[in-house]
Amino acid sequence: MSDWLSPTEWQALSLSLRVSFWATAVSLPLGVLTAYALARWRFPGRQALNGLVHLPLILPPVVTGYLLLLAFGRRGAVGQYLDEWFGLVFAFRWTGAALAAGVMAFPLMVRAIRLAIEAVDPKLEQAAATLGASRVWVFATVTLPLILPGIIAGAILAFAKAMGEFGATITFVSNIPGQTQTLPSAIYTFLQVPGGEDEAARLVLLAVIVAMGALLLSEWISRAVARRIAGA
Amino acid sequence: MTLDVALRHSFGAFSLDIALVAPPGITVLFGRSGSGKTTIVNAVAGLLRPSAGRIALDGRPLTDIRAGVFLPPHRRRIGYVFQEGRLFPHLTVRRNLLYGSWFAPRGAKREDFGRIVEMLGIGPLLGRRPGALSGGEKSRVALGRALLSAPQLLLADEPLAALDAARKAEILPYFERLRDEVAIPILYVSHAASEVARLATTVVALEAGRVIAQGPAAEVLGDPTVLPAGAREAGAVLTASVVRHHADGLSELDAGGCALFLPRIDRAPGATIRVRIAAHDVLLARARPGGLSALNILPGTVAEIRAGEGPGAMVALDTPAGRLLARITRRSAEALGLTPGSAVHAVVKSVAVAPADVGAAG
Repeated sequence: MSDWLSPTEWQALSLSLRVSFWATAVSLPLGVLTAYALARWRFPGRQALNGLVHLPLILPPVVTGYLLLLAFGRRGAVGQYLDEWFGLVFAFRWTGAALAAGVMAFPLMVRAIRLAIEAVDPKLEQAAATLGASRVWVFATVTLPLILPGIIAGAILAFAKAMGEFGATITFVSNIPGQTQTLPSAIYTFLQVPGGEDEAARLVLLAVIVAMGALLLSEWISRAVARRIAGA
Repeated sequence: MTLDVALRHSFGAFSLDIALVAPPGITVLFGRSGSGKTTIVNAVAGLLRPSAGRIALDGRPLTDIRAGVFLPPHRRRIGYVFQEGRLFPHLTVRRNLLYGSWFAPRGAKREDFGRIVEMLGIGPLLGRRPGALSGGEKSRVALGRALLSAPQLLLADEPLAALDAARKAEILPYFERLRDEVAIPILYVSHAASEVARLATTVVALEAGRVIAQGPAAEVLGDPTVLPAGAREAGAVLTASVVRHHADGLSELDAGGCALFLPRIDRAPGATIRVRIAAHDVLLARARPGGLSALNILPGTVAEIRAGEGPGAMVALDTPAGRLLARITRRSAEALGLTPGSAVHAVVKSVAVAPADVGAAG
């Protein structure tokens, strides 16, 4: 592979994949919980939570990135304690890029999963309860399998969004090759340099291939799962 | 085992205030839609928390609002057969059936999987998913799933309402067998008089959130003052035994010494059956009529006359075969001079009794 990708390109691609994978994997359980809470629970502050989740979708990415910097920077309101207590540093690290990507992708993930949860008939969950399943078991054996296509769709959508994240990432963790220079940042960098168009074009092609691949994979998985559920 | 229910609950303009006892066998909650049947069943299942009341199974409280007891549905050990089946679409029939047994307490008395599958005739369906089942098949699987969860009480909320007549005829015998073979109480919601007549051991008649009568099926259904489904649907239930089948397609029954001739009944001679005689299929005569095409003429005395709205009157008769209801006009009742104690003859047309009105006695 490294035969036809320069080390810089390969670095950007593998970093983007790593950042997107972790952004998706870590936010997925939280996304399912948030979607479930928004779809099923009635609690004070539900609208506020809904707004908060959607905020990264509406705000300019630069603003989100700046807010992340304020919160999770080394001296940030949350960041300094994470560093102190867990040795977890986000600022100018690939973990920060993953955090920014995860935050930006979160609303899309939650929306997809929430739609799937709202499509599940609560009567099926009631039926499971009368058969002896506690809430946790009902979720694990009825709700979760039924919303699996939605979770997959949400995860892949989030992954694709994370692959493309640029504004919040560059604001929060800058553009450091090998550390925070993801595919979009690399494209941006090449475009700033005279004669970098060829390199940029190759990366653009790479981005298109990864995005299309993710989309096709998600279609295929969703269809397979839906077929399993519909049965025959 | 016996279920005791006392409930008060209201939403909007509707208020429910009932007390009922369900002994082993099938207790049918009988009433029109909106009378509160499903609310009662959901409260028993723990899907609804009533504003006041107590629900206890053999003395074990499931809900006791005053004492602060409200067991969640999954800890009630109740099998609930829903109207729409509610099978899990992502599981095969086999795994749907076994779902409840994952959660049944160790050592619970379990129904044998093979026996239930055989009783319900669902063996060939085990590998399929609910999406590939017909309505009648879904109902049978839903019933099997509830039974296999080792329940101490079975609830059935109009399990046949979504089925056509042929599918109903397919499922009803399974409930009859359950009533006669399983020792747990079964609470069965229905607004169909023929289902009630075939299945009920005990009938609880409901109207607008109140119990208007409860007791053994023959007693409640033969009471002219209790018409939970309206006068049009009224009919009494007789218990009879099959004597012989005649070559002309009629079956001869013996009901308390009276011979009854009905269209061919699919039971062996000696079998005990229940027959629902609809009130509007019964004619009354003061003297024993002759030269009449009807084959069934039962002597009796008028027990009670109830004038309804409009021109109709409901007459309850005591005959050697049991309590009968006859729906006649008030004008006829006056012309015949009927009063409680009057001797009359009840005439029942043989062909008026449909196969759906005949079932196994239990």
